[in-house]
Amino acid sequence: MNNILEIIKNGTLTYEQKVLALARAAEDSIDVLNIKKDTQKLRDEGIICDLFEGHAPYRPRYIVPNYEKFMKNGSEFLGLTPPRDIWEATNSLLILYNHVPSISSFPVYIGNIDCLLEPFVINEEEAFHAIKLFLTHIDRTITDSFCHANIGPEDTKAGRLILRAERELQNAIPNLTIKYSADTSDDFAIDAINTALITAKPSFANHEMFSKEFDGNYAIASCYNGLTIGGGSYTLSRLNLASLAKKSENQDEFINVILPDAVDKMAGYMKERIRFIVEESGFFETNFLVKEGLIGKDNFTAMFGMFGLAECVNYFVDSSKLENRFGHGEIANNLGYKIIKKLETEVNKFNDPNCSITKGKYLLHAQVGIDSDMGISPGCRIPIGDEPELLQHILEAAKFHKFFPSGIGDIFNFDSTVKDNPEYVLDIIKGAFKNQMRYFSAYSTDCDVIRITGYLVKKSEMEKLQRGEQVLQDTVVLGLGAVLNQKVLSRKVRKND
Amino acid sequence: MIKGLVNRIIPFSSVDGPGNRTAIFLQGCNFNCAYCHNPETINVCNSCGKCVSACNFNALQFKSLKVIWDSVACSACDECLKSCKRNSSPKAKSMTVEEVIAEIEKNKSFISGITVSGGECTLQSEFLTQLFIEVKKMGLTCFVDTNGSVPLWENKDLLEVMDMAMVDIKSFDNEEHKRLTGRGNTTVIENVKYLAKLNKIYEIRTVIVPEILDNYNNVDKISRLIVSLNPNIRYKLIKYRPIGVRPEIINSYTPEDEMMKELEKIAWHNGCVEIRIV
Repeated sequence: MNNILEIIKNGTLTYEQKVLALARAAEDSIDVLNIKKDTQKLRDEGIICDLFEGHAPYRPRYIVPNYEKFMKNGSEFLGLTPPRDIWEATNSLLILYNHVPSISSFPVYIGNIDCLLEPFVINEEEAFHAIKLFLTHIDRTITDSFCHANIGPEDTKAGRLILRAERELQNAIPNLTIKYSADTSDDFAIDAINTALITAKPSFANHEMFSKEFDGNYAIASCYNGLTIGGGSYTLSRLNLASLAKKSENQDEFINVILPDAVDKMAGYMKERIRFIVEESGFFETNFLVKEGLIGKDNFTAMFGMFGLAECVNYFVDSSKLENRFGHGEIANNLGYKIIKKLETEVNKFNDPNCSITKGKYLLHAQVGIDSDMGISPGCRIPIGDEPELLQHILEAAKFHKFFPSGIGDIFNFDSTVKDNPEYVLDIIKGAFKNQMRYFSAYSTDCDVIRITGYLVKKSEMEKLQRGEQVLQDTVVLGLGAVLNQKVLSRKVRKND
Repeated sequence: MIKGLVNRIIPFSSVDGPGNRTAIFLQGCNFNCAYCHNPETINVCNSCGKCVSACNFNALQFKSLKVIWDSVACSACDECLKSCKRNSSPKAKSMTVEEVIAEIEKNKSFISGITVSGGECTLQSEFLTQLFIEVKKMGLTCFVDTNGSVPLWENKDLLEVMDMAMVDIKSFDNEEHKRLTGRGNTTVIENVKYLAKLNKIYEIRTVIVPEILDNYNNVDKISRLIVSLNPNIRYKLIKYRPIGVRPEIINSYTPEDEMMKELEKIAWHNGCVEIRIV
């Protein structure tokens, strides 16, 4: 897509998608970052990947504005006074969303929208009408599935109306997470599960875990990224453990030599990207979000991503039999744990003063993969096709979750008969969270909206794209790639035998 | 020490009561329902050994005149069950309460409770009572899935620790019930009445079997009974499905959705509030 004329002539791109693709091509036509030669080699090999952040970063990748502050103060730059009713509230938010940058140019976090709207829910049916229009507007104009809203942990009227609207609308956007804690009522949680079994959202975030790590001030953005409100993440690069493994003679060399070296190079690359954003791009000196205190440099960190743990582990063990592979065999599972523990140690050796909110450290992130990844599993996930029984799957997966404050999650596909007993899913989520699972996504076999790896796409839209038709949302392309390359539609169906 | 004969344990079940439950199936039943979909749970193994030669994985062996099952070698191909001539299974395990508790313990943080099914679990009521006493200590609920053939009003110890029961009323007509199951339904109906008074019925179930049962009469009479006891008791109408059944003793088919809707209407018209079709 780097060819300008090719972008212009591409019949499957909408006008908006062309403009964004052209902007990306323009950015990538210059080279301003100081990248070391051996780091560039790892980039060329696909071992270090910046996920299309561009050659000259002029905004942080993930921005998590303090929308509460915006609702309280309005915005001088946007000429908005604080909203007084549900129509003004939804209107003001929609205006602000249009001005929140990101790597995709669409906002990746749009607020804890139930809390934001709750003060304006006076007449419930009127509020429902406003919320439905609000959500529809988001789906049709923020045409990118990495847009993420939060609700919870408290049960609110607005939260109920949002869930009701999502069940009716069945839109892919926004992605939705319920912050779930012991204080969340079972009734609200069941409402959320009933919604997820229809439209694959919300996912459940372990509120206690995130709160502890982010001092109570976190949001879930993009796929499932835990970040500080009023800040975000400058950058996300990812380390391909599956390919990196092949550079080692044996697992000892991998853990003691190859992995630390790659971590050092990737962290150095991230630091250079951050340096450019902070010192050269002028973003933090000029953007109104900063000037009006909706975000601040002091709340930003960076995400150190990884993927392909399963394939990395399976490379080092006898993986011809399922019982020995990652997710099943004790040796494989222990090796996986050892690798991630070492990864954490190595990443924590690095210090970047621009990440003061996380004490100079980059946060680990289990990256969900991109459409072109062939046969490499997201983050620490057990490969599709190799999934163990539900209990074992949760217990094995959960062991990794504590290492990844900036995001990790597992997805479970439930048979549609479970809709008669949503308490079944709630019991499982409660158990998973007691076992330190951080993030849990459920959907049902008969949903049109499905969770690809972290984001949501409609099956019907992918079919349209496959027929060569234009689709509104850019993430449909990614979804289709993942379906074709990563067997996303073949996830194990969870049901009684 | 009291032991139970356990056919199998399913760690997570979504269809055996409210929430996620560990379902424990006991071996042995006093009914022989024509439509039974797990007939291998009906009788207790007599170690005749037919299954030993049927096993292709060396998972069954004779040891001191008893058939012993090796769960690790087993591939769950079910050839042993197919070869069995007496509706039994060599895989049933005699387990102490502590052994069953150890299995439940693994799932404890993920479940609302346990449901003991069968076979007919109340035939092993002493084991059941001891198991429930221990499970209650774990803060979990205890349900039974029963055919209602054992007079539960005579077993106060069990009822004290049992939270709720799911009871089959397979036919309202005594003769039809005998034809279908081999036994009459008098005790079943007495049990239902007694448990309803204690508010211990989670649901009543009837399997709808075209051309074998007088389904319309059954749903009509049973729903009237439910309403007379407590209209909020859930009434589950289950479509007969020819899976796992013995085709040589039953010739029926899955009822159409339309028929199920008509039956639902009858139950609803009679005053049932919570009707489920599965």
